[in-house]
Amino acid sequence: MSEKYIPKSKFAQWFDSRLPLLSLSHHLKEYPTPKNLNYWWTFGGILTFCLITQIVTGVILGMHYVAHTDHAFESIEHIMRDVNYGWLMRYVHANGASMFFLAVYIHIFRGLFYGSYKAPREVIWIIGVIIYLLMMATAFMGYVLPWGQMSFWGATVITNLFSAIPLVGESITTWLWGGYSVDNPTLTRFYALHYLLPFLIFGLIILHIWALHVPGNNNPTGIDVKKNTNETMPFHPYMVMKDITALLVFIIIFFWFVFFAPNALGHPDNYIEANPLVTPTHIVPEWYLLPFYAILRAIPSKLGGVIFMFAAIFVLVLLPWLDTSKVRSSVFRPIYRKFFWVLVGTVILLGYLGAKPPEGIYLVLSRIATAYYFIHFLVLLPLLGRYEKTDPLPISISDPVLNKPGFVDKFKKAAAQYEGDNVGSFK
Amino acid sequence: MRGIMLVLLNRLIITIFISIFSISSFAEEMNTNYLKTKWSFKGVFGTFDRASLQRGYQVYQEVCAGCHSVQHLSYRNLSEKGGPEFSVEEAKAIAAQFEVEDGPNSDGEMFMRPGRLSDKFVKPYPNVEASTAANGGAYPPDMSVLAKARAGGADYIYSLLLGYEEAPEGFELDEGVYYNKYMPGNKIKMSAPLMDGIVEYADGTEATTAQMSKDVTAFLVWAAEPHLEAQHRMGFKAIIYLFVLLTLVYMSKQKVWSRFGSKEEPEEETFDRAERVVTKYEGEDPKTFK
Repeated sequence: MSEKYIPKSKFAQWFDSRLPLLSLSHHLKEYPTPKNLNYWWTFGGILTFCLITQIVTGVILGMHYVAHTDHAFESIEHIMRDVNYGWLMRYVHANGASMFFLAVYIHIFRGLFYGSYKAPREVIWIIGVIIYLLMMATAFMGYVLPWGQMSFWGATVITNLFSAIPLVGESITTWLWGGYSVDNPTLTRFYALHYLLPFLIFGLIILHIWALHVPGNNNPTGIDVKKNTNETMPFHPYMVMKDITALLVFIIIFFWFVFFAPNALGHPDNYIEANPLVTPTHIVPEWYLLPFYAILRAIPSKLGGVIFMFAAIFVLVLLPWLDTSKVRSSVFRPIYRKFFWVLVGTVILLGYLGAKPPEGIYLVLSRIATAYYFIHFLVLLPLLGRYEKTDPLPISISDPVLNKPGFVDKFKKAAAQYEGDNVGSFK
Repeated sequence: MRGIMLVLLNRLIITIFISIFSISSFAEEMNTNYLKTKWSFKGVFGTFDRASLQRGYQVYQEVCAGCHSVQHLSYRNLSEKGGPEFSVEEAKAIAAQFEVEDGPNSDGEMFMRPGRLSDKFVKPYPNVEASTAANGGAYPPDMSVLAKARAGGADYIYSLLLGYEEAPEGFELDEGVYYNKYMPGNKIKMSAPLMDGIVEYADGTEATTAQMSKDVTAFLVWAAEPHLEAQHRMGFKAIIYLFVLLTLVYMSKQKVWSRFGSKEEPEEETFDRAERVVTKYEGEDPKTFK
């Protein structure tokens, strides 16, 4: 890694000096990773697997799917019944989307917990937020394609949001629809975009990893590692083996859904063909969009709801500057750590409320949860950065205090006693 | 660190469970204690009961098919593996009972011919509008994926078929609307379709309402998911395979990682160093550090 890589054979040298693919693969293989990465760090690899699975199954489904309002629903049944292993492709694709989001939520919350968004990793984080946004758009449009009741009405509700924009709102909605309601032109453009966006995501993932390889991985202690010491291990075979182990566990859960509960995460109404004349009793998006749906409906004005919904995602872009604490990992931030779990609870609560009708206690709760969500990022994080008393940091990730349970506590107590309130670092 | 990791893991597992519960509670929002019966197709090893599917087809054909279509099934499906598994001859005979419009022929005319295995199930009405008009303004839903299109699935359909009752005192019902315990809103435009003995089973099973409800529900579940048995079989094999692979991969991972670990200091030294660090802060008094 540190010294320049030179391929062995003459031909390889000739090729590598023209297109350094061998150097790249050498870099990927030798890329130094902190030895203390835990299993929460395996979700990056898992997410790459998810994207590839979605693309492969999606391309096969695309060979049999018909993007037309008269045939879409029927073509899905054709895939399920008559295409060889079509049922498998479709169930993997549909549940794959859910698993993709499950993994991405774990990945995001891991970043939040260990402060992976902080300098020098802000760009990685922001690219990640854009990927997440594109994922939501892709998943939403994919859910429209089967042309079931939830497809149609979900599309109607979400595209209608743009009509809240003053002056140009109506025109934008008409432009999105390609007409005056959700209809065939809407379906065909959603299909085209649903096919396109995953490849944009793929490109952004390359940038995401590239940006990661500049500063290197964060780690559970949040302390910078010294590269090429015994604090890091080469990506291959160490992290590769660990990633594959975690991936297999993930696939087992994934396959359990695919084979034994393939429709558990979907809505039964989507097996009813779209009917513009019949509105379902409750229009709900897929589970992974529910927290944002709850925020949308918590705000009494339509435009306000749209603004807050998008702000809920945009606030993540600002996160590296909202959290002013110098300490990355919440392992050493006793107060932030508590608020982190409150945030996790709030997001899950919002998800639950998104599935409920916006009335009575549900509405009250979703307003409180929405307010808390923003307070967490806009008020609590800046304040914590200033006033939180963080625990002393170990000298390095191989500091022996980290290896013995109970040592950390003793260490903290001793430090507090001798260094008084100025405890910041143990160096 | 390890202690913290375990706490984190526990919390995450708990939160995931809570969220799964909230999802499933939402999915079964309408669940009003459906009637329970034992379904052979449920569970990891679930398979269909052939005889029950064949009887279910008979109930469908003699009772439901007058109003309800199953437009995504083909007659050939009846003889395919994992379904009712009628013999090919039986399935051909079934198909031939129906008249199918074909054409245009060389004169440009549409003509009627007997059904073949490759034909889709013949619909009772040419289109949704005709079907709605003929049924007092309520469209009898196509039943191809009905078992997947209703919260509660098989249990819901089974309960609905057995859920007809006298409307409670003071419950307003319009002309042509019936009371059903399990229908959301309790109002249904379909009159009770089954009564004891309405079908004479070819295999001699007694055609009670409960028996017919069970058979036709099983038939509808198969119609909605014709590859269910293949799915269960493949799922079982895949997951066993993955567990074996996971064990091997985990062992290899441990072995690979031990190569790295061996370069580290032995346990004793780690302890000594830790003690030195703590001593720095606690002074020379060794009593406090055990």
